[in-house]
Amino acid sequence: MKKKIIVVGGGLSGLMATLKICEAGGEVELFSYCPVKRSHSLCAQGGMNACMDTKGENDSVHEHFDDTVYGGDFLADQTAIKGMCEAAPKLIKMFDRMGVTFTRTPEGLLDLRNFGGQKNKRTLFSGSTTGQQLLYALDEQVRAWEVKGAVKKYEFWEFIKIIKNKESVCRGIVAQDMNSMEVRAFRADTVILATGGPGMVFGRCTASTICNGSAVSAVYQQGALIGNPEFIQIHPTAIPGSDKNRLMSEACRGEGGRVWVYKDGKPWYFLEEMYPAYGNLVPRDVASRAIYDVCVNQKLGINGENKVYLDLSHIPADYLERKLGGILEIYTEFVGDDPRKVPMQIYPSVHYSMGGIWVDTKHNTNIPGLMASGECDYQYHGANRLGANSLLSAAYSGTVSGPEAMRWAKEGEKGSELTDEELAKAAKECREEYEAILKMNGTENAHELHHELGEVMNKYVTIERVNKDLDYCFDEVKKILKRWDNIGIVDKSNWANQEGMFARQLRNMIIYALVVTRAARMRDESRGAHYKREFPTRDDERFMKITVAEYDQATEEPKISYADFDHSLVKPRPRNYAVAKKE
Amino acid sequence: MAEIKKKVHFIIERQDGPNSQPYTEEFEVDYRPALNVVASLMEIQKNPVTKDGKKTTAVVWECNCLEKVCGACMMVINGKAQQACAALIDHLEQPIRLSPARTFPVIRDLAIDRSVMFESLKKIHGWVDVDGTWEVHNDAPRQNPKTATIAYEISRCMTCGCCMDACPNVNQSSEFIGPAPIAQAHLFNLHPIGEYQKEERLDALMEKGGLASCGNSQNCVQACPKDIKLTEYIAKLNRDTNKQALKSLFNK
Repeated sequence: MKKKIIVVGGGLSGLMATLKICEAGGEVELFSYCPVKRSHSLCAQGGMNACMDTKGENDSVHEHFDDTVYGGDFLADQTAIKGMCEAAPKLIKMFDRMGVTFTRTPEGLLDLRNFGGQKNKRTLFSGSTTGQQLLYALDEQVRAWEVKGAVKKYEFWEFIKIIKNKESVCRGIVAQDMNSMEVRAFRADTVILATGGPGMVFGRCTASTICNGSAVSAVYQQGALIGNPEFIQIHPTAIPGSDKNRLMSEACRGEGGRVWVYKDGKPWYFLEEMYPAYGNLVPRDVASRAIYDVCVNQKLGINGENKVYLDLSHIPADYLERKLGGILEIYTEFVGDDPRKVPMQIYPSVHYSMGGIWVDTKHNTNIPGLMASGECDYQYHGANRLGANSLLSAAYSGTVSGPEAMRWAKEGEKGSELTDEELAKAAKECREEYEAILKMNGTENAHELHHELGEVMNKYVTIERVNKDLDYCFDEVKKILKRWDNIGIVDKSNWANQEGMFARQLRNMIIYALVVTRAARMRDESRGAHYKREFPTRDDERFMKITVAEYDQATEEPKISYADFDHSLVKPRPRNYAVAKKE
Repeated sequence: MAEIKKKVHFIIERQDGPNSQPYTEEFEVDYRPALNVVASLMEIQKNPVTKDGKKTTAVVWECNCLEKVCGACMMVINGKAQQACAALIDHLEQPIRLSPARTFPVIRDLAIDRSVMFESLKKIHGWVDVDGTWEVHNDAPRQNPKTATIAYEISRCMTCGCCMDACPNVNQSSEFIGPAPIAQAHLFNLHPIGEYQKEERLDALMEKGGLASCGNSQNCVQACPKDIKLTEYIAKLNRDTNKQALKSLFNK
């Protein structure tokens, strides 16, 4: 009998895993909130890193590896990163064969550009919609397998939870049809979660509305461990908005964009002054902190507001069109100004989660039979992710999790298959929970409550973290959790009921917010994206360890511990972007 | 002097389910700079009360990225199918009328079922046939950067369905697959490996519901939010299919 793998999430990682499973002879049931072609991977703009060394710079895979380790402030598994960097050029060639419309050099080869935290041109790109193009290529390949019958898509289905058998091995999931509201349980040999990041926990961010981390939180509450949750990347250059912060790709800086504000009546290119070696191309955590400092502490933001200039206006318009077209459209469309002529106004925004479900190097979680890959895992980025490494880690992790899911399906100690009774019981529990939500008659509006969650998380758990504020924030989030019980659901319909589903997601988001906040509170050092003025330096002795969060049923709070990880390849050294990186 | 709070007035066509009767409800949302239609619908979610103060359910619609890349939030706004996230209130005449794109079956309120578009991508063989995801120890062929630029333009199609809604020949009683999937066939024909399946794609476009159903109204190219030159590629495929039809006639 064919092995059946459930993949939850149809972004770059989920689709890559799906292809690998199909090629190994397995069958995939693919679950997604949306048609997989609309997954959040398509919001990645600037590119994907791979050492192609086609620009006469003697770039090497080792340099990519070392930049990633250094950029991540020595908190990521080095063997895992090495594997990823070695695979990157091969993945690019695969995407090229699949028809990704990479931007080309005049002689028809793949072009490369600069990106933050790297001195060599190493970033492959497709205009400024690289994620869209990579996602579409995998979407097309998966469609071909769908035609062959190896993939069955469950689009507009929401994952609710995993089902374990009596040996405590994950052997299936419960999901809900977002239109008919039918709750159904499914059997599987292996389950892969590839559900993306938790941006919505912070309300406004650069993420899609579907990136709520709900699935991650759900399996965490079922015993999956979370790794490094406090490491939340703040992207330095986003257009602040009331509905969302829209990303302005790091490619702007990669293509020569300069960041400045007025100081004493003259433009002050503060990144170039503070970090002469990397200038505007410092990594994201460094740039975000500098912008925060200039605006909040020095009060030099544009017109006294929290905004700085990101300037492309000195670059020829036709060059910009070819290299950055798509995102300049976004800016013009949503702001009304033309970045070819006037400097853009930007501010940092929550963007990416380095942390996520704890996995081993093969992407197994601590729950046998459950795997995680893509942004929802914690594996490749340590304390800070380099730009253009996310498309890489998403695609690469799928090439690891897919084959491993098949190996487990064939050889793993899976224990017994779920019985019909066990399936029915799991579905019934979820249906009853959902029906209880629909009956809620309190005074709180779930969307308003979500707004409050986002405000408090954005205020206290982003660029600069202060212990007493984190304590306050934790208490506030606990209060929000309590208030969740007093939600009122107006929509009692049994058809396409978005309000009911959102309330369930919201509870998971609140639980996850507690994990991020507590982990941030306990790490008394500054490393990568995690910065505390009270502890301004990296403390390798105490904290060169990964944070592990475990759910405590009784308190609904995380229990935090620290674990060693593989850093056997390069020795930690101070991270300083004011000077050229040394090995 | 206290500023009078400006309001934005919406008239929204609602429908409880696929077979229910449509009805309208009116809403008012506080104005703010750079407000768009999706952000307005989010405000209604926070306070689902009509203009007349009647408590109601939040409006159901589909959205993801809010950056005009995912294609999800397409709806008809003041008579024109477009992405709601990029529809800025400042550019719209009030009252702003929202309705579902009825070219597609309505699921609920403004949410529609566009699965037919994804099914059409199967019909036109919308992928490059690769041997597998493994290494083949060969680079993909070089591409003329000019051809690659055209391919990039078409590859930005986000399957939103604006062109389908604008096309007079796409409707629930017609088999016409519509402009978006047709242009995708050209995308794969442009690729040096994808070209190997060009004949299969052209054959598919010569079947019922294919190119012959295009009435050349040219609405699609006007409607495309990504400015893809749909009519140009449809014309190109028309020439390609004619050539192929002639060739197979002589080879009989």
